[in-house]
This record gives sequence, C-alpha cells and structure tokens, in this order.
Amino acid sequence: MSKLEHASKRERNMLNAFRALSVGVLAAAALVGCQSQPEAPMPEVEPAPQVVEPVTPPAPPAPPREDAQGNPLDTGGNPIGRTFYFEFDQARLSERDLRVLAMHADYLRDFRNRSVVIEGHCDERGTREYNLALGERRAQAVERYLTSAGVRSTQVRTVSYGEERPDDPGHSEGAWAKNRRAILIYR
Amino acid sequence: MKRFARSSTALLRRGWRTASNRQVAALAATVLACWLAASATPSAALEIVISEGWESPSRIAVVPFGGAPLRDRTGPVAPLEIADVVSFDLARSGQFDSLPSERMLSYPTTVEEVLFRDWRILDMDYVVIGRSWLEANGAVTVLYYLFDVNTERQISASRWTVPMAQARDVAHLISDQVYEAVTGIRGAFSTKLLYVVAQDQGTANAVYRLLVADSDGERERTVFQSPQPILSPSWAPQADRVAYVSFETGRSTIIEQHLDSGARRTVAEYPGINGAPVFSPDGTQLAMSLSRDGNPEIYVKNLAGENGELRRITRRPSAIDTEPVWSADGNSLIYTSDRGGRPQIYRQDLATSFVERLTFQGDYNARARLLPNGRHLVYVHRNNGVYHIAWQDLERDTVRVLTETMLDESPSLAPNGTMMIYATQQGGKGILAVVSIDGRVKYILPSASGDVREPAWSPFIDVLPIGSG
Repeated sequence: MSKLEHASKRERNMLNAFRALSVGVLAAAALVGCQSQPEAPMPEVEPAPQVVEPVTPPAPPAPPREDAQGNPLDTGGNPIGRTFYFEFDQARLSERDLRVLAMHADYLRDFRNRSVVIEGHCDERGTREYNLALGERRAQAVERYLTSAGVRSTQVRTVSYGEERPDDPGHSEGAWAKNRRAILIYR
Repeated sequence: MKRFARSSTALLRRGWRTASNRQVAALAATVLACWLAASATPSAALEIVISEGWESPSRIAVVPFGGAPLRDRTGPVAPLEIADVVSFDLARSGQFDSLPSERMLSYPTTVEEVLFRDWRILDMDYVVIGRSWLEANGAVTVLYYLFDVNTERQISASRWTVPMAQARDVAHLISDQVYEAVTGIRGAFSTKLLYVVAQDQGTANAVYRLLVADSDGERERTVFQSPQPILSPSWAPQADRVAYVSFETGRSTIIEQHLDSGARRTVAEYPGINGAPVFSPDGTQLAMSLSRDGNPEIYVKNLAGENGELRRITRRPSAIDTEPVWSADGNSLIYTSDRGGRPQIYRQDLATSFVERLTFQGDYNARARLLPNGRHLVYVHRNNGVYHIAWQDLERDTVRVLTETMLDESPSLAPNGTMMIYATQQGGKGILAVVSIDGRVKYILPSASGDVREPAWSPFIDVLPIGSG
C-alpha cells in the first residue's frame, strides 16, 4: 500500500475524529443548558420565555468544504484536483487519479445536493467522431468510479467534446498530453 | 482580383501555362500576398494553390469572352470573366493546361473568327470561345463553343439566359461540359464545398462557422455560426439540405438545415453522443452514431415526420461504432468500430446484419467514404503514428496511401469520383487539400483566417437547365 493511500486514510480518520469532537462539543453545550435551567429565577410578574445563551464559546467553525467557486476542498482546505489526464488512445485512470476521485466521491456522498458534469476530451490525432467517442469513454471511466463509490447517478452527468475544445491549441506532444483529459465541473 | 498562385517548384517545372494573362500579371504580387498577408483579408474565401498536375495534360486555350462586362455581385469587385473561371476550373483538375491569353495570336469570339492554324502553331489541343450580352430585362445570355484543334471540329456548345447573379454558375457549367467532352467523365465544377472554420479555438472568443462555397472557393457564405463546436457536416443527395453536429446546447446534437431557407430542426438530441450524421442515398433517412445506450452504436433515423422511427443497427455494448456511410444502393452501411480492439472499418448488410471487416493494414483505419463506383474506399489510415488518407480497392484488397501531408483526416469525394478533398495542417493551421484519386494532381485551399476543417464535397447539383447551342 502506498503512502498516499495511508495519507487519505489518515485524512479520513482526522475527519472522523473531528466529527466526534464536534458532536462532543454540542453535547457539552446541551448539558450546560440543562444545568442552567434549575438555577433560573422564579417568574415574578410575567414569565417571558427566555432563551438561555450557551455559556461555552461557540464550536470552532467547520472547515469550509468548498472554495469560492463551489469546488470541493479536502479536509485540509486544499482544492481537490479536478482534471485527470490520459495516455494516448486510452481511457484508463491511474491509481493516483482514483485516489483523488475517492475524495470527490466522499464529498459528493456528503453533499447529495451537489452534482458534477464530467467533460471528456482528446488530442487532435485521429478522426473527430472517433475522438468524440473516446472522450465519452474517458468521462465514463470517471463516472463509473464515482457511482461505484456511492455517488448517485443523478449527481453525475457526462459530456464529450472529443478534440473540439483543446486546453492547448498547439500541435506538439506537450499540447496533446494536456488535451487528453477529463474534467469535473461542479454545478 | 482573383487570388491564384502556384508553388514555386511547380512554376519552375511547368511554367505559367495554366494561368491567364490577368493572373500572370497579378501573380508576382499575389504569391506574396497569399502567403504573407493572407490574414489581412479575413472575409476572403479559400484560395487555391496548385502544386502538382498531370505529366501531359490536354492543352487548351480559353479565349476571353466577347460582349458586355458581367457583374455577378454588387460592390467593388472585378467584373466576372467567364474565361478566367473556366480556365481556373480546368487547371484545377490537373488534366488541362490553359494558355495565358496574352500568348494567344487571335481572340475569336464567333465561330467564323476561329483560325485553327493560329492554335496549331501554339500546339493547342482545344479552343474555347464565347460571348455574353445583356437582355432587355437585365438577364444575361452566355454562349460558348469548344473546338478540337486537330480535327477542326466543334465538339460541344451551349447557350444560357440567366439572371446576372447566376452568370458564375454558367461559367462552371461550361467547365463541366468542356471537361466531359474531352475526358468522357462528367465534370464536377458546378458542385459546392461545405466546411467548418474555427477561430480562436480554446479561448472564450471561439467562433465556429459552417460555410458553403463554390468548388473553386468562391461565393463563400455562412450556413450556421456558433460559439460552440460544429462538426461532421454532410450533404443530402439533392444538395438542398445538410446535416451536422452542433454543440450549441452545450452537448452534441444533430441538426438538419435547409440551405435556401436556412430552416433548421433538431434530428437527434438523445443522452450521450449524437454524432456522424449521413443521409441515405434517397435522402429519406439519416444514419448516425448515438451513445444513448451507454456506448456509441450505429442508428438509422427516418426523416419523415416530426419524430421518425429510430432503428438500431449495431449491438456491441463495449465497442465504439461510429462514422457510418451508406453504400450507393442504400442496402449496407460501412462504419468504424473498435470491436476488435483497434478502430477498423466494417461493412454491415442492413437486411441480414451480416458484418465483414474491410481493413487489415495498420492499427487505425477510420471514417471511410465510398467512391461512386462502390468498389473503392478512402479512409483515415495510421501507419507508424502518422495519419494519412488511404485508398483501397475492395475487390482486390490493394491499399494505396494518397496523401503525404500532416494529420490528414475527413476525406470527402467529388461526385464524379476523380478528386478527394480532405483536412490537413500546414504551419500549425488547419487547411483543406485536394488530391486526385490517381494521386497525380494535388492542390491546397489555405484559409485566409482560422482553422479550416471537415470538408464535404456536394453531390452533383443541377443549378441551371442545360442550354442549347
């Protein structure tokens, strides 16, 4: 097992620990509220409903899960990679891509109201219609991983642009490598 | 000024013979203008650069036509010179060598003025003469005669009276008739080209235009324009409609559009890919590739009515099946499939569903187009990582690579089967190139602006009734 997998496990553990801590803080606040009730003064004239302010400081705000553009952040507050690159004529995701996609799957499972469009793209080599199909295969590889990790199919949509929307309009190996990609676009 | 240039090697080897006097006069400036300052005229149509021709083309003199100057367009454009259009059409076929008019010894415009001795001295095989005049109603009458210099006989002639806007159509018709009279093959100069030009691709200002132009690149006009990609344009057999893929909704949809009225309708907008539309030979059905079932499969949709019947042709759940093309009889489809692991070309009988693989050389053969004879195929062929257009004889299984440019794709055939247009790259820009099926004639159609791609050569078009001589 690689270090990165450990890392993501550790991140998950930290997340769980944090969740447990949050629950504890809330429970403590509730207890404090209970204790304060018997000490409330007896009503004299008009018993006005009183809201007892919690005496403990507010729980630390949960770290944001999205950036300003609505893209998901990992538990450390870092953006999760949303572009996945492919080998020439291939639609296979790398081990590293799968680990990044696992974080997207975590996020999409936690936030069922979020959805994502997966764009598939190709380099300019080969015919345009075949590349349209190859781009779809790439997008579907991402989609399959997410849905198999528990993301609902209603949260995911794919669209292939084939070779029609290059990231780099150049004609070099370097440009081609940048253009063979799938992109997650959060809605 | 007609943009006309030839590559310097061809100029050295074959001289200026196919250029008329006006073209020669303009040439020195034009060569530079074409190559260095092409982008200065963004609205200019495709220009044509002929690089290779036949070893021994027919020598023809197209004498400047007599009569009233013709203007087929308004605005500050040069008068239409029918002889120039005909000369340029014939030169582009590679099978003719046109005599520049300043080297002619006489300028006959009537049959009586033709002195065959003048043309024999110049070693001409054929002479075309003609004239035009304006009618009282503003129409124009054009007539021409084609003579065989060796037999001293008239071998074809015609006369048309048309609105001025169609004078250029008459010029292409003359080219068609001359070509057929000399070669025995129906001319395809009266045809149109459909193609896509992309500008600022990959930026927020990207513009995609679907354009139609005459076969010589003239009279270019926009069929559809969008900030989203347009691809896979194809012609209906009567050339009245086109189909193409548009991303105007954010994803691929198949659109059918009438060229005259501009009326459009969505033919396919299913989940997934809606791609590769091609009309059946009778124009009533559209074959296409749809991934509505999860992976691209070939479908045929009936075009009659609002929501015509959709028939699934292939069933290969894990394969890409795309780029269909019809056999001339409409009984089978030829398409690209990677069911064997790599993209190859297959033929499927529509009645029996019998499938046979057609290509075996190379690890990538795709987007086939069938020649009118039904026996020969052209397709994109990858060999050692290089993409070219290959030609294949389906009966003998011989394969020949037709092109030697870079990243060649989208082959499309002239309806008479003599020439193929395709998309390639030059200097990092998408351009169109033409090669004769025998490989002997080549020319390119660089774009003044943007990347040109996805050419589709129209079927034969009956633009005008045939005139009488």
